[in-house]
Amino acid sequence: MAEVLEKIGAVRRISELYAANLAGITGGLPSWVNQARKPAFLAFQRMGIPGFRTENYKYTDLTRLFENENFRRSFTPDDFEVDLSEVFSCDVPEFDTHLILVVNGWYDDASNKNTIYPEGVIVKSLRKAMVENADLVQKYYGQLAVVQDDPLTAMNTLFAQDGVFIYIPDNLHIEKPLQLINVLRSEDDLYVTQRNLIIAGKNSQAKLMFCDHTLMPQQFINNNLTEFEMGEDSVIDIYSIQNQHNKTASLSGLYIRQERGSQLVTSAITLHGGIIRNNLKVLLDGEHASANICGLALSDKNQHVDNYTNIEHIKPNCHSNQLYKNILDDSSTGGFTGRIHVLPYASKTAAYQRNNNVLLTNAARMNTKPQLVIDNDDVKCSHGATVGRINDEALFYLQARGINEQEARLMLMFAFAHEVLAEVKIEKLRDVIDKLVNKRLRGEVSKCHSCALDCIR
Amino acid sequence: MLVIKDLYAKVEGKDILRGINLTVNAGEVHAIMGPNGSGKSTLANVLAGNTNFEVTHGSITFNGKDIFDMSPDVRAKEGLFLSFQYPVEIPGVSMVNFLKTAVNEHRKYRNEKELSAGDFLKLLREKKAMVQIDSQLTNRSVNEGFSGGEKKKNEIFQMAMLEPTLAILDETDSGLDIDALRIVSNGVNMLKNKNNATILVTHYQRLLDYIVPDFVHVLYEGRIVKSAGKELAFELEEKGYDWIKKELGE
Repeated sequence: MAEVLEKIGAVRRISELYAANLAGITGGLPSWVNQARKPAFLAFQRMGIPGFRTENYKYTDLTRLFENENFRRSFTPDDFEVDLSEVFSCDVPEFDTHLILVVNGWYDDASNKNTIYPEGVIVKSLRKAMVENADLVQKYYGQLAVVQDDPLTAMNTLFAQDGVFIYIPDNLHIEKPLQLINVLRSEDDLYVTQRNLIIAGKNSQAKLMFCDHTLMPQQFINNNLTEFEMGEDSVIDIYSIQNQHNKTASLSGLYIRQERGSQLVTSAITLHGGIIRNNLKVLLDGEHASANICGLALSDKNQHVDNYTNIEHIKPNCHSNQLYKNILDDSSTGGFTGRIHVLPYASKTAAYQRNNNVLLTNAARMNTKPQLVIDNDDVKCSHGATVGRINDEALFYLQARGINEQEARLMLMFAFAHEVLAEVKIEKLRDVIDKLVNKRLRGEVSKCHSCALDCIR
Repeated sequence: MLVIKDLYAKVEGKDILRGINLTVNAGEVHAIMGPNGSGKSTLANVLAGNTNFEVTHGSITFNGKDIFDMSPDVRAKEGLFLSFQYPVEIPGVSMVNFLKTAVNEHRKYRNEKELSAGDFLKLLREKKAMVQIDSQLTNRSVNEGFSGGEKKKNEIFQMAMLEPTLAILDETDSGLDIDALRIVSNGVNMLKNKNNATILVTHYQRLLDYIVPDFVHVLYEGRIVKSAGKELAFELEEKGYDWIKKELGE
């Protein structure tokens, strides 16, 4: 009973916080954005903070996190008076990216002013785009991330004020990856809301990287949500590198709709972070669309990493493939829920899913759950999950060739992880991630110095 | 080089080795034969340091050092090599990375400088040619998807790379066709010199046509019950193991 009361407590506190800051939250935004907060508010009241009793969150109980936080929220951008693009200047010549800096959820105008994009590409503050590109934003905002379906989506929509808007015109191929660095910096514990909208036009091609970066040791909760519209025959790669300190909670949602013939690759590499929950929803909403979805999480101490995927095959002849792997050390915990829903009309669907996990200690725990809902007879679907330990025979084989036990273990863990890394299509990035993962497995600090690229040095 | 005294060992609580005595000197080739379940593979695994096998009594010294003080990797770096009866597939670990790590671990142990990438590749090419291994195999993961013959050839290739002083070949002939057997045997013969020694563990006399042993030992119920020159192998082939059992009065 006490627990129920506390749960109500967090919901009430957040609701009151919202009411008290309503003017600040809604100020400067078009009415249709603020209108969307009303259903979000009702959905949040109904669903509350997700915990063990919420079916989709049974492996990640967020009630305690929210009960205990009374973090600062900034309803206006914090002014650091620093051009972060100088701090983050990227001087790795072989790995050049278009840098997009977001600070505490706010698109940082000052830091981004010097980035030049190919003609026709729009990269700007979502807040600004809501006014200046209202026709585009209004059409897609809140369409994929449905507030009634998910409590984190409801909370995000309730507090959303800014983030990044990216528009890639039809037929444009962007060579350099777009690298969105999400910087958290604050003198006190901070709760951040970030909302992104990305639209890729017909036959466009782009690679995106999401890097998380925490500059300070304070506690952070980062609720970020990205809606992504992929036009016909577009080819999009999305890589996210989660590398924050262990006092941060990263609650993220990525919602993607794919049109006919589009090809998606997405890979979530989790290296550090306290509580990590990644929601991924992909709607295969046009024939012959394909989605290749991967994740790798390396966890230790008391880290918790939970990947929740929901792949909806709406149209026929689509292909989806999921590969998620976890290596869990110490008393870290992990979750994977992979939902595949093949709708009645989606014949000739091919949908595969695999989740393999290695536990390095007796205290580490992994929960894995496939959820296949298939409403069509003419499909190929498979799923498989394993939770195991390092293969002793392989370990002995390596040792018998003169490789010491510790090194042999690392080789086997790296080999296990590499299957996911092999899916990273940008060679330079793959090398960077390879090195990061290797360092991480060795227990060396793999935290980036100034940005995710710094790890290469 | 190798001195085994009164060795007893268990697997999963079952006594397998019951008092093995064996001395191997540099320049010698020993064949250990015996019926199924006599303890041949157990002996090979105990020597290599497989912890699934529990030594309950006895001693093994290798180059004068107590082998039980050494972990499997140290034994390897001291010059002991086990060619596995069933080489393990290790997906994701590339042959090149595996061999480079192994070779350099050996070099570090001997206080030698690690090989540069160029020197390593040179060594790799040289040894590949020597044991006639398909050059594509080194582009793959360790043993992954290799045929039975390829796996055994790969063992000999690794042996060529690491140049052990004592090689223990555990049923290296099983599952090989005649051509592969010849290639594997040639490799072993080429690597043989007066400073190293080989222990061949085998069921059949066939392998001994290619690699001629100086001594043949018959292992039966965990003990060496008969030792003689290479002629013993022919006698075994002719009369079968029952003959030994009869001699023992069983």
